[in-house]
Amino acid sequence: MSRKLYVARSPRIAARKLGEEMLVMSAVDSTLFTLNPTATILWQAADGATPLDEIVEHKICSEFDVNPDEALRDAETLANDLATRGILLISEQPIGAAKPRLQESA
Amino acid sequence: MSALLQEMGDRALALGVPLSVQVDLTYRCNEQCIHCYLDHTDHGEMTTAEIKRLLAEMAEAGVFILTFSGGEIFLRRDFFDILEYARELTFCVKLKTNAVLIREAQAARLRDLAVQSIQVSIYSHRPEVHDAITKVPGSLRRSINAIRFLKSQNLKVIIANVLMTANMEDIHGVRALADELGVECSLDPTVTPMMDGDRSILNLNAGDSALRQIFRDEAFIGNAEEFCAPPPTPSEDSMDSLPCSAGHTSCYVSPYGELYPCVQFPLSCGNVRQQSFLDIWRNSQQLKEVRSIRLRDTSCSKCAHGATCTRCPGLAFLEGNMRGPSTADCEKSYARTGIPSANLLAKKETNAAPRRLVQIQLVPPITGSRLSNLAAAP
Ligand code: SF4
Ligand code: SF4
Repeated sequence: MSRKLYVARSPRIAARKLGEEMLVMSAVDSTLFTLNPTATILWQAADGATPLDEIVEHKICSEFDVNPDEALRDAETLANDLATRGILLISEQPIGAAKPRLQESA
Repeated sequence: MSALLQEMGDRALALGVPLSVQVDLTYRCNEQCIHCYLDHTDHGEMTTAEIKRLLAEMAEAGVFILTFSGGEIFLRRDFFDILEYARELTFCVKLKTNAVLIREAQAARLRDLAVQSIQVSIYSHRPEVHDAITKVPGSLRRSINAIRFLKSQNLKVIIANVLMTANMEDIHGVRALADELGVECSLDPTVTPMMDGDRSILNLNAGDSALRQIFRDEAFIGNAEEFCAPPPTPSEDSMDSLPCSAGHTSCYVSPYGELYPCVQFPLSCGNVRQQSFLDIWRNSQQLKEVRSIRLRDTSCSKCAHGATCTRCPGLAFLEGNMRGPSTADCEKSYARTGIPSANLLAKKETNAAPRRLVQIQLVPPITGSRLSNLAAAP
């Protein structure tokens, strides 16, 4: 894959970490999602400035024993899925400061 | 409640996380509702900096749903500053307000800040009734205008009504108004005592026959047959059930920083001005006491309604014993099913017993700041 993808959390969400999972609520339609631990790592790293391949390399491949190409493909699918649901922004350009910021908790 | 939210609630309970907290920003109000149980004088509200520090601590502790209420929240000049910070901390923010101060600009700002819902108090569709309850001429018109502004921003609005003698004829009118405005509507069937224990406002309650009528009205309760069914015998499992989320996955903080298990449970557990939120949540003896309540060790374990009753431990505490019955819930259980509660039967027996000239009553101990002023939703 040659093109870089940038991901940022939508500012129109509410989110909190509960145990190993992330609770995310879309302000658009109040739909509630839970992200599993891997998706949570991607979500937390989605600052709009770090390209997706770097997130996968530094945050996912270093944590889990996974094939990097496969992990990147999975991450792209996940990012697209979250974007369709309106809780993540994707762009081929860096995305401006990703507010609101995220808190670690529980 | 969605199945997923229920599941998250169960997980939060297992992890000891306060998933949902109500913070009252002020007890001051621009309405003077006849059924309100607040002292509206400012006795030293938390400053902007104190509230922001509390919010940061709550985010660290895992709080997800944050409800701002009062008093009237828009009377705080720093309200949007606080709200903006809360959204930076990614809380799911809900508001309770009379909406009198919301115009186009405020509604647009609430939309920008992605507030999850706004609950607006409306007591009648008729100005002469609503305004007589709020004691503010023109308040109904302004609240309805505000709802229109909020709706035009695609915000979720819920009308909250409270049943009283003064407005019992208008409950369907309020529902029709909600339908016309395209918003949800809820009805609280009982007025509850002042948080200092003063029960005088209870005489505003609409009474048993109005309650019975509402509990058979499918517009309010869904399937009447199911809702009014006689209670099943409490099972062994139900004996270990918790009364509610208060102190388990939720709590309440007053404008003065006092932390309580719930807005309707005035047992002070600590003050966030002196201790961190998490320290109180984890270590308060009062919260531990509240968490230890199980049906089996309450007097309600012998009641036919034990397994299905919505017994409020906060109201029971206001009556003197958090493990005792709550008369408001006994009345609701009776109005629902026609079966008197153990508490009502015992009271009847006591009243029927020959009266001695001098009666000596055992008064249960008062724990915490039962006499302090406490807010609840308007
Ligand atoms: S039952 Fe009472 S104490 Fe429990 S959450 Fe409801 S109002 Fe609060
Ligand atoms: S009806 Fe009254 S006595 Fe019976 S369980 Fe409910 S609160 Fe307790």
